[in-house]
Amino acid sequence: MKILVCISVVPDTTTKITFTDNDTQFNKTGVQFIINPYDELSLTRALEITEANGGSVTVITVGEADTEPVIRKALAMGAGDAIRIDAQPKDGMYVAAQIAEQAKIGGYDFILTGRESIDYNGGQVQGLIAEMLNWPLINVVMKLDAEGNTIKATRDIDGGRESLSVDLPVVISAQKDLCEPRIPNMRGIMMARSKPLNVVVASDKNDYTSIASYELPPAKSGVKMIDAENAEELIDILHNTEKLF
Amino acid sequence: MAVIVYAESDNGIYKKSSFEAITYGKDLATKLGTECIAVSIGDAGSDNLGVYGAIKVLNVTGSLFNSFNPQTYAKALSEVASANNGDTIIISQTYSGKSIAPLVAVKQDAALVTGVVDMVDTTSGFIVKKTCFSSKAIGHVSVNHSKKVITLIPNSYKINKDGSEVGAETANTSVSESDVNTTIISTDKVVGKIPLTEAELVVSAGRGLKGPENWGMIEDLAEALGAATACSKPVSDMDWRPHSEHVGQTGITIKPNLYIAAGISGAIQHLAGVGSSKVICVINTDPEAPFFKAADYGIVGDAFEVLPKLIKRVKEIRG
Ligand SMILES: Cc1cc2nc3c(=O)[nH]c(=O)nc-3n(C[C@H](O)[C@H](O)[C@H](O)COP(=O)(O)OP(=O)(O)OC[C@H]3O[C@@H](n4cnc5c(N)ncnc54)[C@H](O)[C@@H]3O)c2cc1C
Ligand SMILES: Nc1ncnc2c1ncn2[C@@H]1O[C@H](COP(=O)(O)O)[C@@H](O)[C@H]1O
Repeated sequence: MKILVCISVVPDTTTKITFTDNDTQFNKTGVQFIINPYDELSLTRALEITEANGGSVTVITVGEADTEPVIRKALAMGAGDAIRIDAQPKDGMYVAAQIAEQAKIGGYDFILTGRESIDYNGGQVQGLIAEMLNWPLINVVMKLDAEGNTIKATRDIDGGRESLSVDLPVVISAQKDLCEPRIPNMRGIMMARSKPLNVVVASDKNDYTSIASYELPPAKSGVKMIDAENAEELIDILHNTEKLF
Repeated sequence: MAVIVYAESDNGIYKKSSFEAITYGKDLATKLGTECIAVSIGDAGSDNLGVYGAIKVLNVTGSLFNSFNPQTYAKALSEVASANNGDTIIISQTYSGKSIAPLVAVKQDAALVTGVVDMVDTTSGFIVKKTCFSSKAIGHVSVNHSKKVITLIPNSYKINKDGSEVGAETANTSVSESDVNTTIISTDKVVGKIPLTEAELVVSAGRGLKGPENWGMIEDLAEALGAATACSKPVSDMDWRPHSEHVGQTGITIKPNLYIAAGISGAIQHLAGVGSSKVICVINTDPEAPFFKAADYGIVGDAFEVLPKLIKRVKEIRG
């Protein structure tokens, strides 16, 4: 099977989020960029599956040249080659359309994404790609196995979980518990340097949305401390003042 | 023009988030000078959706919709939207809502905005607020396309019941057996428990509780309040609690009205999943615990002493 793993390059989880240009741009100064944590899981599982069953793993990113160090890390983890679609990821629809086009050209039969990107938190790209290709989508998967052309996956559903089987081609999005993310070793890092990273010119695609501006969530007005001796007071406040129950 | 709202149900009971979505749909329709139509798929609930503001209620029924499948549900919703001149589709952001929204957006060639937390601003254009950077920021998304699909985060919009009852009609679709392209092997649903993502009140605990045997206090407080239970990442990693309770950057994002955190330090990745809860109460032995900075109410104290007092007081109030 030919697996395509979608990689979103995102700020490290500890990043303090600030904005510039009148709150219209994310401030990248001093920010460390990483592989989106869910994409690290999908990539690791893709590698495990191809190591056991044969096949190839290609990673793909829609991003500008500054994403390349992070893409190299994906190659160091074990992906065979990489595609970078040279464009700023305008919105989910735009990103998905670029990836769907490359997926057709490359003849992939299995696409893995993360559950969501931790910067945009869209959770959209997987479903958009699936529908653009007219492939089934299995979303938020925490268990994934492949036997020949059949994929077995367990996904979260509202109020529980569900196991399904599906024949390739399919789009699957990964979440926690899928596997332990692989850490690149020295050999992987050396090999990554000579692996192909193909830069592709972006096609004209629609982007129907744009972020006009950002704001930080309203700051808390300060914490009201309650003496542990009179802890019951908290419940009285929640009941009488906040009227929460 | 019409605003179409997907009214999601589970086992013949509408979800509370569906009522939020309908109220949202109605308020948006009023702003746009149009009407709000609710669409249910599968077993419709018994509530009258007109009360929440739907002017028309359409039920898609049939054995094909007995179990959730993103492909069939999205096709049905998209067809019903088209047949009713729907140009804006509102879906609440549950697991199933998140799966169908992108499919519907592609079918409709619509703009898609997920993670929406507030009413659309229509004063100049169409601007929607969405969470981004794992709840560390809010983005104002400008939509420049006539067709839109919006997913609304549960607990973001206040339900209003000032509408009047309407009779439901059956809607037909062309969905057939051939649209079902996955096979369900097994389904495992927790019954009788409030799903964490939909809970208004949540009691959560972290490593400060020392071990799984101490979770009785958390469950007791949750039960007394009618709350769901949650936990920090290390707690689920050590299997003290099920993974479905893990909240935060890499777990579930929740936005309850009340979040009580006992023995959780309040790491940035934990806050990423709970920071937008309306009222946050923190119980921690360490006065320097970062969580106090994000809290509305704080108690510096030992959870093992504080929690029993809280449980007792809730029981007194509840009678
Ligand atoms: C990429 C990444 C993603 C992550 N994602 C998540 C995530 O999704 N969710 C998440 O929760 N974490 C996440 N983490 C981990 C996070 O950084 C913290 O390590 C974690 O949240 C700490 O959990 P805790 O507060 O339960 O434990 P600790 O940090 O060990 O804190 C325990 C707290 O309990 C207090 N305490 C001890 N005894 C008592 C007592 N008797 N009574 C009251 N208080 C007491 C202590 O003072 C302390 O503040 C992530 C980390 C990384 C690097
Ligand atoms: N710019 C991008 N390039 C490649 N893949 C992406 C990009 N953005 C998002 N994805 C993939 O789509 C998933 C969901 O992203 P999102 O819809 O932005 O939350 C991510 O986990 C990635 O796997």
